[in-house]
Amino acid sequence: MSLKRMPAERGNIFPESYRRRDKKRFSADDVELIGISLPTVIWYLAFCYVPMFGIVFAFKSWSRDPKQGFLYNLFVESEWVGFGNFKFLFLNPKIWNYIGNTLTYNIIFLLIGITFPVALAIAISYMYSSKLRKVCQTATFLPHFLSWVVISYFVYAFLSTDRGLINNMILNAGGTPIKWYQDTKPWPYILIFLNTWKTFGYSMVVYMASITGFDQSMYESAVIDGATIWQQIKGITLPLLRPILSIMFILNVGNIFSSDFGLFYHVTRNSGSLAQATTTIDVYVYKALMEDNNYGYSSATSLLQNTIGCILIIITNMAVKKIDPNSGLF
Amino acid sequence: MKKESKNSQPKWNRVHPITNVAISSLFIFLALLTLLPLVFVIIISFSSDASVAEKGYSFFPNAWSTAAYEYMWKSKDYIIRSFFNSVGITVVGTCIALVLIATMGYALSRPKFYMKNIYTWMIFIPMLFGGGLLASYMVNTQIYQLRNTYWALILPGACSGWYIIIMRTFFQTTVPDSIIESGKIDGARQIRIFAQLVLPISLPVIATIGLFMSFSYWNAWYGAMLYITSDHRHLYPLQYVLINIQNNIDFMAKVEAETGMTFESVQLPTETFRMALVVTIVLPIACSYPFFQRFFVGGLTIGSVKG
Repeated sequence: MSLKRMPAERGNIFPESYRRRDKKRFSADDVELIGISLPTVIWYLAFCYVPMFGIVFAFKSWSRDPKQGFLYNLFVESEWVGFGNFKFLFLNPKIWNYIGNTLTYNIIFLLIGITFPVALAIAISYMYSSKLRKVCQTATFLPHFLSWVVISYFVYAFLSTDRGLINNMILNAGGTPIKWYQDTKPWPYILIFLNTWKTFGYSMVVYMASITGFDQSMYESAVIDGATIWQQIKGITLPLLRPILSIMFILNVGNIFSSDFGLFYHVTRNSGSLAQATTTIDVYVYKALMEDNNYGYSSATSLLQNTIGCILIIITNMAVKKIDPNSGLF
Repeated sequence: MKKESKNSQPKWNRVHPITNVAISSLFIFLALLTLLPLVFVIIISFSSDASVAEKGYSFFPNAWSTAAYEYMWKSKDYIIRSFFNSVGITVVGTCIALVLIATMGYALSRPKFYMKNIYTWMIFIPMLFGGGLLASYMVNTQIYQLRNTYWALILPGACSGWYIIIMRTFFQTTVPDSIIESGKIDGARQIRIFAQLVLPISLPVIATIGLFMSFSYWNAWYGAMLYITSDHRHLYPLQYVLINIQNNIDFMAKVEAETGMTFESVQLPTETFRMALVVTIVLPIACSYPFFQRFFVGGLTIGSVKG
């Protein structure tokens, strides 16, 4: 349940009414409501809170006695190694490459992912034809609903070395075909393009939904005062978008150490020759678990990633609230 | 007429006609950019193998053919089975998810609910922090024994804190308190108020979240990658079949490159067949979401109302 999956549009998690704590009494309604929500509570305990204890893996050297149960193996059989896993993790020079990749891609995604859809949402709101607007919105929304596995096949249709459309065009023009899945140079651009391609339609609809909800009388009085459209955007639209923009910003900063596994693993076809440019922390965590069976490293990396992400999101939220008290996420 | 004017910019505040042409063409271009790859893949899936071998992937194949789809129909035990796996996982998963999300959303929307603060923290903490991939993997496989079961593909993703909050906000802002009060006066229990009074008027948010959840199940491949081993092929969802075909091809290419050995005896799925699989996955999504759009744009707007 990563923050990535969060639908971008919503307000504060803890509304005002929650914070006042008035003395409440336990009533029959409460019993019934607890009953209604019991399955969800069980789900949360089983799939969110029990795994949290799994962070002990990060401080253990996993060894397994097949005759014993899992918990015995984890707590008794496996040896405590303290911060040993972390130490060896950082002795591996490649980890810095992965962290660097994750940060670089995420910072670029963050910048493009906020500016581009906002600009488009404002632009589309000035389109004359509302029919055309709807069609374009629907069309650009499609990639949001496609999985990276499917998109990797889309990409393959264009980039495949011997059959792909682009190499065909290069051949017809008399050039030499490019081995796309072995050449690291174009991949940063390809990944940035694809990420933008997949996400802009959805973000645009979210911003568009808030723009159409704005009070039109503000624009009316601006027009009466002779404001140009450009001035209206700068003076009314952007300031009104600030709360939702700051929520997007907080979430993205909190996610800056995590990456979209599918994009970096499937779209690159897990190609060994691209690893240096496309391996991110999440890809490493997966490979350490499933390919190398290196439980300690995998778990230690996740723990670091989650802790830093958690701290970052709290700090950003505090900072945003300091600037604008109404804009925080929580 | 009135509705129309609400949706488009008012006449007194319009951009210059030339700017409008520029904006319109920009968006037509972007729409084509998002649709073209899908059209391309559909064309490839209907191309004949001979055309692909000769011309490569092309928007204008030499000959058309439905061989890929016929082949898919013939491999019933694998492809059709995995298609129904995906359908089943999507239907069951979405139902479970909607129950989990809606019930919690409703409980949290009741202003006087005793556990409100505790439960809000309970769904809030996992949004910030989790045990990590390995921890969930170990717990799911070792304690719950979910490996190689359908439940491994359904349960871990069945709930989401964000959707609970959207649901709660919807109930708080859109369901009038008087309805719930009237139910109480008639002596209905909370479960009945929820099922018979609140749910029927909450269709937009149920449709939105149901749609998003069902697409997320339909598109899920990570669970299968983690929890389904290769000797349980009958459990594969469609998305994982795609991954698996790719892995096999990569594996063979690697062995061929390293040892010089060739796999002539092995029948590889043709390229048109793989693209036909992609089309089978994408078309249900592409054909259904436009009809739900009016729901989810409404649902998204409601979510943006604060607290």
